[in-house]
This record gives sequence, structure tokens and C-alpha cells, in this order.
Amino acid sequence: MTVIFGMAPYLTEDSWAWATPAAYSTRGRVTRLLTKTACQPARQYLSFPCLNMEVPEQFYTQVEETCRDLYIQSLKEIPPDVVAAIRCAAKNETTEVARRIFSHYLQSIELGREKNMMVCQDTGIPIYWVEIGGRLRLDGSRINQAIIKGTERATREHPLRSSIVSPLSRENRQTSTGHRIPIIHYDFAADSDVLDILFMPKGSGSENMSFMKMLVPADGVKGIKRFVLEQVVGAGAKPCPPTIVGVGIGGSSDLCMTLAKKATTRPLGSANPDPQLAALETELLNAINETGIGPQGLGGRTTALAVHIESAWTHITCNPVAVNLQCWRAERRRARLRPNGSIEIGF
Amino acid sequence: MAEFHLHTPLSEADVRQLRVGDSVTLDGVVFGVRDGNLIRIFDNKVPPPVNWQGAALLHTAPNVKKIGPAKYEPICVGTTTSMRMDRFTEGLLKDYGVRAILGKGGLSEQSAKLMQQYGAVYLSVTGGAAAMETLQIEAIETVYWEDLMPECIWQIRFKGLGPLTVGIDAHGGNLQLDVQQQAQQKTAELLKKMGIA
Repeated sequence: MTVIFGMAPYLTEDSWAWATPAAYSTRGRVTRLLTKTACQPARQYLSFPCLNMEVPEQFYTQVEETCRDLYIQSLKEIPPDVVAAIRCAAKNETTEVARRIFSHYLQSIELGREKNMMVCQDTGIPIYWVEIGGRLRLDGSRINQAIIKGTERATREHPLRSSIVSPLSRENRQTSTGHRIPIIHYDFAADSDVLDILFMPKGSGSENMSFMKMLVPADGVKGIKRFVLEQVVGAGAKPCPPTIVGVGIGGSSDLCMTLAKKATTRPLGSANPDPQLAALETELLNAINETGIGPQGLGGRTTALAVHIESAWTHITCNPVAVNLQCWRAERRRARLRPNGSIEIGF
Repeated sequence: MAEFHLHTPLSEADVRQLRVGDSVTLDGVVFGVRDGNLIRIFDNKVPPPVNWQGAALLHTAPNVKKIGPAKYEPICVGTTTSMRMDRFTEGLLKDYGVRAILGKGGLSEQSAKLMQQYGAVYLSVTGGAAAMETLQIEAIETVYWEDLMPECIWQIRFKGLGPLTVGIDAHGGNLQLDVQQQAQQKTAELLKKMGIA
């Protein structure tokens, strides 16, 4: 093993583990590879396609172009789970005003799809959730650059409104980028050769409705419920309801809010795998929809399409809770890129 | 709830006849405003470069394509959250004679009082449904303060903008605030029911 690491420093414990004897029967090439690498230099090792996960040069261009396309497409095609939920909610409304609002939502969704139009004018804060397959070997800094360039190209080539400014001078570079923007979160997936990029153009109407509180353990789950309900009602019409209510529970203050944001990216219809949290999601959703805020805060039966909770363990003295709202369009777009050049686009 | 079809500029009589929940469709010029240009007018004391007597203002910052000097084609024009601009209501009504503010999410109780006093309304645009709104544009006639891009003052001519919902009328009605206050009362009951005193 030490010999192999010496020759091929891009091999990690993980990718070595992948080529364990259990894999031999299905991956004949791996067997040969292991035999050869034991006595041959690293360059030859690279010529074996099965373990060779060093991405080709054009991969970075693909990432850049994919990010450009994700940004533009996300603004035009509303995810199918969201469309289904809006259709369902529209049928449930009884008042003239609420029905009018939902009919506008549905017309705009159709225009986006049929006429290739942006559904909303807000190009949002560009946020990317990137998951790097553990078997990929790539230059992370170049991936970062590709994502930034893709964001700028979407803005210039479509063109899109650049919604990004310096916080004090309010300077707008007209590129949708700036210091630390776009926001890029990185994560890793074991046993995968996929670069998974989930993009969300986070609109400010809902992003301005973000709340967090460092509750204490004595506040318990009751404190969490009260906080979530009161913030959603306090936000009222401003986040463009019906919203997806993202809730973060636990962690540190920064992680808690990130979890709340991540929770809004979960497809509608998905429940938290922890039954206690799933029950809390349902309880909070029912309560929120009983408040009657309704679409655009003009009154109605649907104030939220879902409550999604994500959690992390926390400190013994802490009980943090964060709320991050997502507007009715809940735009998101996903790409799965592989080093062989294949790109799957989804939500 | 009645339906109205109005043309800008608006008279006091035009807006006094409206009640919350009514539906309004607008033709004519509407001015796009928002944070950046209103801050310049009221905080930096730069008067608006255009006459707003009887005007309808829309809280927006559009996506546009430049086709010539000060000439733009709309790509996507929608509506932003009005409450951020709430503190400018008085100046707009009192100093500049604005008759309608169009936006999403509503304005405060104070703004509703001012609208009653000066004879103005808040027309609620369906937020996020910008594709619809964009197709109701005839032309972006001109743009002022391009240095604030995209937070310029946009002079946009609409044909059939709406239907908009009267959120605040000139008689003290404030639909979004009423809904929110009822929701707050309901929340107190819900918390009790959930065992949270």
C-alpha cells in the first residue's frame, strides 16, 4: 500500500478500499490493475480507465457551461414536485382572491415552460450545493472557478439581472458575482464518480425572511415549535407564500441556518428519515396552514407547501433553531456530471 | 368585489372608488421604483427626474436587454417586496402626488393611514408571477438614473396590467395587515392547542 501511495499520490484510502477483493469478481480490470501497479510506475496506472477518475481537461469547461445553464433553466422551469403542489393547493382554495392568485401562479409556470420565459424577475443570490464523488480526482480550485465563471456567463449571455451588490457601497459588478458570491457549499459522497451540483437562485423576498435563535435546552421542543410558528406568521405576505419552511435544529449558529437553507432544497413529499422530526414537520405544517395567511398573504388555506427540518447534534447548553423560507416557486436545478462526459439534468 | 379598468395617470376619484379585495387592471405608464432610487430621492435629497402627479409606481427591478442608448427591451419584469420601501410612502404621496403604489406583500398600518389621508391605494401584484406581468408590457419607454442599474427609475407602458388586487384602499382598509393580525390571534390559539402556553 505504501508503495502505491508513493507512486500515485492521488489514491486515497477510500479509493483503495473500493478495490478490495470483494470487488474483484465484478471488476476484472481492478484485479489486473492492482497486480500491475504493484510493480509499475504511476503513469501506467493512469492508463486504466476503471480506476482512472482523474477528470479530463474538458470537465472544467463542462462544469462552467453546466452552471451557466443551471442558472438560466432554474429561472424558467419550476420543479415538477412544486408544480404538482401548487396545482393541488389551487384546487383547495375557496375565496375569489386566493383563487385569482393561484391562477396567476399557474399561468406563470406555464409561460416559463411554454415560452421559455423567466417565471420571476428575481435572479436571486446564486447558491450551489456541490457533492464530489469520492472516486473523482479533480482540482477543487478549478471547479470553484468554473462555477463562478458559469454564473457570470449566465448573467452576461442570457442576459440576467445582476442582483448582487457590495453590502456597504452597493456597487453592482453586473455579473451576479462578488466577494464570496456565488455561495458554494461542498460535500462528498462515498463510492461515487459523480459531481453532483444542485443550484438554487435564492430570491430575496423569502431570503429576507430568515430567522434564528439560540434557544436553551430548557425551552425544549416546545420552544422550537413556538419559534417556527411565530416567525412564519410574522413573515406574513412578504416571502411570497405558500412557502417551503426550512427549519434547522441543532449544530452551531452558522450550521443551524445552513441546515434550514438546505432543508428548503428537499423535494416536496420527502419527509425527514427520523420519525420524530418527520412528525414535527407534519405538526408544524398543519399549524401553519391553519393561520390563514394564504397565497400572497391575502388570506387562504395554503400558507406553506411543506415544512422541512434538517438537524445536527449540538452542544449540551445549546438548542439552536433557524427558519429559512423559500417562496412558492422553490426554484432548483441539478446536474450530475461524470468524467466520461455524461451530464444528467434534473431537479 | 368589483372589477375596475383604469388608465394612468390616476385621479383622486379613480382611487377613492376602490375597496380592498377589488380587482384592478391598469393601462398606461407605470414607473418602476425600488430601494436604490427611493433612497436617492429621500435620503440623498435628489428630486425625481419626472413628474409623478397621479402616477402609479411599481416596486420592481427588471431583467432587460439593452438595445440602444437608454433603450431597453424587457426580459422579465416582476414585483418586489414593498415593506422595505414603507418609510417612503409619505413623501411619495405628500411631496410628489403619487396615487397608486404597486407591489407585493403589503404596506404598514401607517402607510394605510397616509393613503386614506392623501387619496391613494396599494395594488397588490401577484409576486413571483412575473412572466405574466412581462407580457402585459407594451414598451419600456425610457429609463432614468441608469447608474443605479438595475435600480433605475423605469418608465414602462403597460396594456392590461393585472388583474391586481386592492390591498390598501383610500378608506383605511388594509387586507394583508388584517389577514396577518387574524393569523396572529389564531397563532395564540394554536399554541395553546399544541400544549405551548
